[in-house]
Amino acid sequence: MAALDLLNTHSIVQSSAEKAAPAPVQLRNVVRQFGQQRVIDGLDLDIAPGEFVALLGASGSGKTTLLRTLAGLDSIDSGELRVPVARAAVFQEPRLMPWKNAWKNVILGLHINDAKARAEAALTEVGLAHRVNAFPATLSGGEAQRVALARGLVREPKLLLLDEPFAALDALTRIRMHQLIIDLWRKHTPAVLLVTHDVDEAILLADRVIVLANGRIADEIRIELPRQRDSGQAGFQAVRSRLLGLLGVKAPEPAQAASQHETAQEKAAQDSTLSELRRVANARR
Amino acid sequence: MSETTLNPADSGFLVVSKPEKTQALHQARRWEVPGFVLRLLSPLALLLLWELASQTGLLPSRVIAAPSQIGGTLWSMIASGELARHLWVSLQRALLGLSIGVSIGVVAALVTGLSKRGEIALDSPMQMLRTIPSLALVPLFILWFGIGEFTKVALIVMGTTFPVYLNLFSGIRNIDPKLIEAANTLGLSRRELIWHVILPGSLPSFFVGLRYSLGISWLALVFVEQINTTAGIGYLASDARDFMRTDVIVICLLIYSVLGLVIDGIIRTLERYALAWRPTFVRN
Repeated sequence: MAALDLLNTHSIVQSSAEKAAPAPVQLRNVVRQFGQQRVIDGLDLDIAPGEFVALLGASGSGKTTLLRTLAGLDSIDSGELRVPVARAAVFQEPRLMPWKNAWKNVILGLHINDAKARAEAALTEVGLAHRVNAFPATLSGGEAQRVALARGLVREPKLLLLDEPFAALDALTRIRMHQLIIDLWRKHTPAVLLVTHDVDEAILLADRVIVLANGRIADEIRIELPRQRDSGQAGFQAVRSRLLGLLGVKAPEPAQAASQHETAQEKAAQDSTLSELRRVANARR
Repeated sequence: MSETTLNPADSGFLVVSKPEKTQALHQARRWEVPGFVLRLLSPLALLLLWELASQTGLLPSRVIAAPSQIGGTLWSMIASGELARHLWVSLQRALLGLSIGVSIGVVAALVTGLSKRGEIALDSPMQMLRTIPSLALVPLFILWFGIGEFTKVALIVMGTTFPVYLNLFSGIRNIDPKLIEAANTLGLSRRELIWHVILPGSLPSFFVGLRYSLGISWLALVFVEQINTTAGIGYLASDARDFMRTDVIVICLLIYSVLGLVIDGIIRTLERYALAWRPTFVRN
């Protein structure tokens, strides 16, 4: 019974077709253009309740515009769009108000009585019970992103929009965040739309991966791999090279791919060790 | 004591080896003079030279009074309550002008910062007014408002409005649009957006403006109190000039510098409370 949110006044969609389990997200022939360029060009998309969808696409394929449209930050030029009012977005940067401590950030904009208790519960869920009163400036990148996640989930969204939320995190933190997001998704069962550049991340997390090109869906793959997934799993690499092919990237030789991956991870691990050390040093001071 | 040894076997390496610090070294350090005492030595020497020059007549008191004489005058002015009386009058003028000026600046900045229409209507007149030096307004203000208290306060208001206006306006406009976007996705109303996001976000800029305004309010006294006054620090200085009392002039200068320090301390304290979230103030 999610209320309708209509960004386009010309088209009012009645949810008569699917009374039983209305798809929280329904897009029909949606067009968004900036000047002459059609960033979204006649897009059709349905997301089922509780479905985890990952959106892949090269830069300029329209995925960020699509997410902003679904978040209510951008409107459409024509077509039909239906999204639940109860939705939340987490962006690449945590976007916390620096002048509010963690729990006040979490309940910002909520009009409820037991605000602090709710915020504490949400922060406990993301493993930050000990940082309830911390200012964003004292949080690490991963902690800040978890506060942003708690801020989204405390609103009990029917649709959770994630715009490359792990892109700015180091490799180790990213692995922990993947696990966390899956746990929270299972518990709260919102529909999730994850925009990402990372093919592996999409395969690890999503039920369905959509590849966007030139403002429309170029292809989509349902990921049937059993969860807990990992990149060593049978079938993972097959899905991976198929997706890379769709994205126009020639899949490199396996050995080369592995070594590149490793160096990137090593570097990220070094970075994270350094930042951890820096944090410890700051805490001591 | 060799700190770096290079022998043929180590060629291609930089080898650093230091002997362990011994007890003797620690004991030697205990007799060192603290740094701040050393730093005080040269000003004290200068003061001593100044006193000597005054005593020998090398520096006539017409040019500048001797430090001992300045000290004596300062003491008698404090003891008689004369200094406190002038200070109090000046402080009242400065605070009255400042509070009116800051209020006008804040209201104007909120109107122009928060609405496009407000900006169109109010920003250009404010930008025009701010370029007029308030000193240039003295003759006009005297013609309009006479030479009473009103003119003095009005001139301070003129000087203190614009720093607050300009800084707060730019603070409001320079808030990270990503935070505004986040607030919109969180469903904040316009009123909540202003209260929870825009105002706290522009507070650091407001303090920059306030700092300028405080300084200006105090500076404005110097010339404002030369217009038909019988009390105030500015009056004290101009009166001392007429009687060639260089000691009193130096005392007035001292008061200005001490007050500058006090004002800065007040603002710092305010910022520490109001901007506790900023990384520079945050303690883990």
